[in-house]
Amino acid sequence: MWKVIIRRILLMIPQLFILSILVFFFAKLMPGDPFSGLIGPHTDPHEVEALRRAAGLYDPWWEQYLRWLGNAIHGNLGMSYNLKEPVMTVIGHRAINTFWMSLLSVILTYLFAIPMSIVAARNEGKWQDQLWLTYNSITFGIPPYVFYLLIIFIFGYSLNWFPTGGTVSPDAMGIIPVFFSKIYHMILPAFSLAVFGTVGIFTYFRSGILDEQTQDYVRTARAKGVKEKVIFRRHILRNASLPIASNFGFVITGLLGGAIFAETIFGYPGLGQLFITSISGRDYSMITALILLNGFLGLLGALLSDIIMAMVDPRIRIQ
Amino acid sequence: MTEKKHKNSLSLVHSIKEELKKDKLAMISTIFLVAVFLIVYIYSMFLKQSNYVDVNIMDQYLAPLTNGHLLGTDNGGRDIIMMLMISARNSFNIAFAVTLITLVVGNILGVITGYFGGRFDLIFMRFTDFVMILPSMMIIIVFVTIIPRFNSWSLIGIISIFSWIGTTRLIRARTMTEVNRDYVRASKTSGTSDFKIMFREIWPNLSTLVIAEATLVFAGNIGLETGLSFLGFGLPAGTPSLGTMINEATNPETMTDKPWTWVPATVVILIVVLAIIFIGNALRRVADQRQATR
Repeated sequence: MWKVIIRRILLMIPQLFILSILVFFFAKLMPGDPFSGLIGPHTDPHEVEALRRAAGLYDPWWEQYLRWLGNAIHGNLGMSYNLKEPVMTVIGHRAINTFWMSLLSVILTYLFAIPMSIVAARNEGKWQDQLWLTYNSITFGIPPYVFYLLIIFIFGYSLNWFPTGGTVSPDAMGIIPVFFSKIYHMILPAFSLAVFGTVGIFTYFRSGILDEQTQDYVRTARAKGVKEKVIFRRHILRNASLPIASNFGFVITGLLGGAIFAETIFGYPGLGQLFITSISGRDYSMITALILLNGFLGLLGALLSDIIMAMVDPRIRIQ
Repeated sequence: MTEKKHKNSLSLVHSIKEELKKDKLAMISTIFLVAVFLIVYIYSMFLKQSNYVDVNIMDQYLAPLTNGHLLGTDNGGRDIIMMLMISARNSFNIAFAVTLITLVVGNILGVITGYFGGRFDLIFMRFTDFVMILPSMMIIIVFVTIIPRFNSWSLIGIISIFSWIGTTRLIRARTMTEVNRDYVRASKTSGTSDFKIMFREIWPNLSTLVIAEATLVFAGNIGLETGLSFLGFGLPAGTPSLGTMINEATNPETMTDKPWTWVPATVVILIVVLAIIFIGNALRRVADQRQATR
């Protein structure tokens, strides 16, 4: 077990190295540098120039890269040009918002997708199966932002059932009202993300169940006279959940990824919205940090997924 | 006689026709989609650029059915129907171009890596794994904002950087199952060149799959381009897209008080993509059947 984990972590080192080089050159392509954030109406351009020289922005690229990498590892990714705050502080605040909203949406997604796939797989070829297959092919094909717009138009603006922006209402005081107000603000984006995001889990889980149903061990269990219910719960469902588990690492790290469209449309101040406002404001140090963060989360997600798979599926450990 | 009939039932066009006859929804979708493309492309051929670039403040935000504007006008006083036509054409063009690049690159790379396998294939797959992990949406948006003299061609190029990977992996996986079949082994033993086996023997067997994949890729690209344009990072100003029309909805007042500015474009995307999905599903069934019957 530990061998697998250690080998997998070692494999991540070159990936991280390539990612950091990519993001570094991406940052170099963008105009501006860490000191652009210091420039205000009262700063002396010569002073900034001196700072740039002192920070070695005229050094060879590989020296700059190593220094940048060192800073990035210590969590120092420069100052935000527009917000005049360290990038990491801003990201930290937004990440909390994104985390809770994503958590709610992930829970809802599983709540919708798992019963959906079980119903479809149990009734293979019947109308229930057709219904959910069609539903998922539609939600897969239609661009999600179209759905989000219609949802906020109907439930936010026309019916006024839900707030159309922010994370908490200003009149909420005390711990419990603030908590419920926050949930209330999250419901619409989280719900929309979940209702239109079932396709991934549905496809894997449904075909997983269908594959397992025809396996020899299921036939053996039936021949032994095990009850159909027990076969389904103990044998089929357990094995069919493996493909879902293999994606779980990405789900965990995806909690901090930020949803660009949903957060922009529902006015939810998370990392996705931060990215769009940073792009519009040409806040390059923030953009670089967000891309680095998301790339890192992706790699970490792949690592976690592999470890989870090795934990739940003993066959992988042996290989 | 029977042999001839048997051969005929296996031909691609024939099996697609049969499937469409069975699936009325896909049939209607096909007719509808062809009609939409014809109307959009013929109508926009008769439009001059000044029609959809010039602004007429006097006619701004006219409600539907006023002054002969069936669906009203937008913030520049331009007729919504005319804007729909030209925007749909631009969005379709981008989606067509990206789909073409995706399919050409995806098919060639997919067949080659799937056929040869081995070390190169392993490295190549690690590479695609890595690219798939990158936050592609963010990187596309950054490219759109920092590329100098940005135009439609740059947008096509930028989207294509990430779009080919899915198709390549699909074609690779299917090629790998074909490689172990008897006809490929027989060809190899009799000394047919690799190139000929790959593209004259294996690839034609994947063609139904490729067509099914093409419809889904096309639908996905419409979503991606209009999504980017909706956020303001898609087609440049002066080239309207369905996404830029929907972008009107980002202003809460316009969204609630002037729904005719953004709802029509939303409806066009919804029904066009729906039609494509229904056709794609029918084609996928044909691909699965043909895979099973061989």
